[in-house]
Amino acid sequence: MTMKKVFSRPASLSKTPFHYCPGCDHGVIHRLVAEAIDELEVGDRTIGVAPVGCSVFAYDYFNFDFNQAAHGRAPAVATGIKRTRPDSIVFTYQGDGDLAAIGTAEIIHAANRGEKMTVIFVNNAIYGMTGGQMAPTTLIGMKTQTSPYGRDAATAGNPIKMSEMIATLESPVYVTRVTINSVANLMKAKKAIYNAFKLQKEGKGFSFVEVVAICPTNWGKKPADSHKWLTENMLPVFPLGTFKDTFGVEKSA
Amino acid sequence: MAKVLMKGNEAIGEAAVLAGCRYYFGYPITPQSELPAYLAKRLPEVDGVFVQAESEVAAINMVYGAGSAGARVMTSSSSPGISLKQEGISYIAGAEVPCLIVNVMRGGPGLGNIAPAQSDYWQSTRGGGHGDYRTIVLAPNSVQEMADMTITGFDLSDRFRNPVLLLSDGVLGQMMEPVNLPEPNDYDINSKKWALGYRGNDKNERNLCSSIFLDNDELEEHNWHLYQKYQVITDLFSKGEYKDFAVEEHLCDDAEIILVGYGIISRILKTVVEKCRKRGIKAGLIRPKVLWPFPTAVFERLAKTASQFLVVEMSCGQMVEDVKLSVDGKKPVFFFGRTGGTVPSDFEILNEVDKLVRPD
Ligand SMILES: Cc1ncc(C[n+]2csc(CCOP(=O)(O)OP(=O)(O)O)c2C)c(N)n1
Ligand code: SF4
Ligand SMILES: [Mg+2]
Repeated sequence: MTMKKVFSRPASLSKTPFHYCPGCDHGVIHRLVAEAIDELEVGDRTIGVAPVGCSVFAYDYFNFDFNQAAHGRAPAVATGIKRTRPDSIVFTYQGDGDLAAIGTAEIIHAANRGEKMTVIFVNNAIYGMTGGQMAPTTLIGMKTQTSPYGRDAATAGNPIKMSEMIATLESPVYVTRVTINSVANLMKAKKAIYNAFKLQKEGKGFSFVEVVAICPTNWGKKPADSHKWLTENMLPVFPLGTFKDTFGVEKSA
Repeated sequence: MAKVLMKGNEAIGEAAVLAGCRYYFGYPITPQSELPAYLAKRLPEVDGVFVQAESEVAAINMVYGAGSAGARVMTSSSSPGISLKQEGISYIAGAEVPCLIVNVMRGGPGLGNIAPAQSDYWQSTRGGGHGDYRTIVLAPNSVQEMADMTITGFDLSDRFRNPVLLLSDGVLGQMMEPVNLPEPNDYDINSKKWALGYRGNDKNERNLCSSIFLDNDELEEHNWHLYQKYQVITDLFSKGEYKDFAVEEHLCDDAEIILVGYGIISRILKTVVEKCRKRGIKAGLIRPKVLWPFPTAVFERLAKTASQFLVVEMSCGQMVEDVKLSVDGKKPVFFFGRTGGTVPSDFEILNEVDKLVRPD
């Protein structure tokens, strides 16, 4: 990677300014996706599927074709696209409400069929777009609009660990959890996203990257405090690491 | 091609392949199982894709994906499964993506039973899902029409970038009849310039399939755009190219009583009309072959000459509302229905006709 590349806008990223709240991780994660696609030189054959959530307008920020799916259904839509255009690079970009609540069936079965697609899962432990309700990934004791006394495991269950769940399936070829709370972790996240798309480019199978992320607005914290809170509270529950790497992409790279 | 003996559900499958459909996504449910079973075997023979989805919700969203990538794509189900597909159908209609959806109707509400029914008329013709949208609804009454309307359905959906619903029932689905199949159509997946992944020198900078218009004015503009499209479709069926396709009239010119029914019921009504005529009752038949847009003009015209209408359905009375709207109070409109899976007999219907024409 040259110095120039770090500071220029990736070709796959459009000129539209992000509408995300200041400090939100969504914009950075978009950029990592765009960089991976540029580096793999597949921008002219990539098709994205946007979710329902804060990233519903993800299609505005990329320079390639997009479908905007119903809440949670992106993996099913992506299945239809990839099966129709198998030489395309197809990915979904989904939040935790989208992927781990309403769309649980769609993600599990797309993963289990081994659809040759990539999923970028942004876990911010909350429903960002609708104003901060409890998500399946909300931490125990965490106060949200719909868990005003803190999430109670006795009635609301425990945070769902999607990466661990998906890694129990035979078909997925790459399942990893990253975060972008530091420069070192950002570089790891970049590499993971690159690996996930690389595996798809090689036709290897289903790849899944969970990014543990912040939602300063609905957490009621400043961006810097949010990353600190994420490090101290989210990472113990959602440990970073690679849960499945069938082809050893991390070692070979 | 020579005539072949086929079940209605299988005829849909073969016709879809001949129409260039190479993608099927569905979830098992009775009484449409012969259709996915047929395509599970047939599609791999033509390098097509058959996916058994995890639910009808997923299946219709796979259809949304494949349709937005330019495929001729279909799904099929029966009533409870079609209810689950409504979210996807609304998105597909909003994003203007073509596809064919087959509903082999069974009894409801709820789990109901697996016997034939016509109780999804409202769901089919009133949108079904949320928002201001329409689906074109075709209603075959024979195995031949199951095949023909499948092909017409794909053509209409591509032409108008709109979902088309083929509304059939358990009887038609299971029935075996000889069918004449057309020549295959070489559909080119790269024929839609708006499609995701379209490769052509005239490609837009970026293609997008979406139903979100967050700005009030933009959504209003989009909704009126859809409305205009629906008007064009309505005109095409009421006075344009599809005028004769939309409705079948039988002995209506001098009819005093006009029987009205679609699908399998229309075949029984034809027998009733013949029996009436033999007994000196001037009966006729209107069979809507297209349920949306509803063939209103026929009713407006015949309301001038006939003295009454009798609508027969395998429901507690759904299409009868459209007949009443079309007749517009000019003549009385009566209803006879059976539900729960019982197909009314010609004898029962004749009895109803007798009561209406010979009141005592
Ligand atoms: C069927 C349906 N149910 C509910 C909603 C409302 N809704 C919009 S976004 C959202 C939650 C999104 O949260 P998440 O997926 O975590 O994404 P984030 O905004 O946090 O990035 C909900 C419930 C909807 N649009 N559609
Ligand atoms: S609400 Fe949260 S997730 Fe959504 S844009 Fe704002 S900070 Fe990001
Ligand atoms: Mg979230």
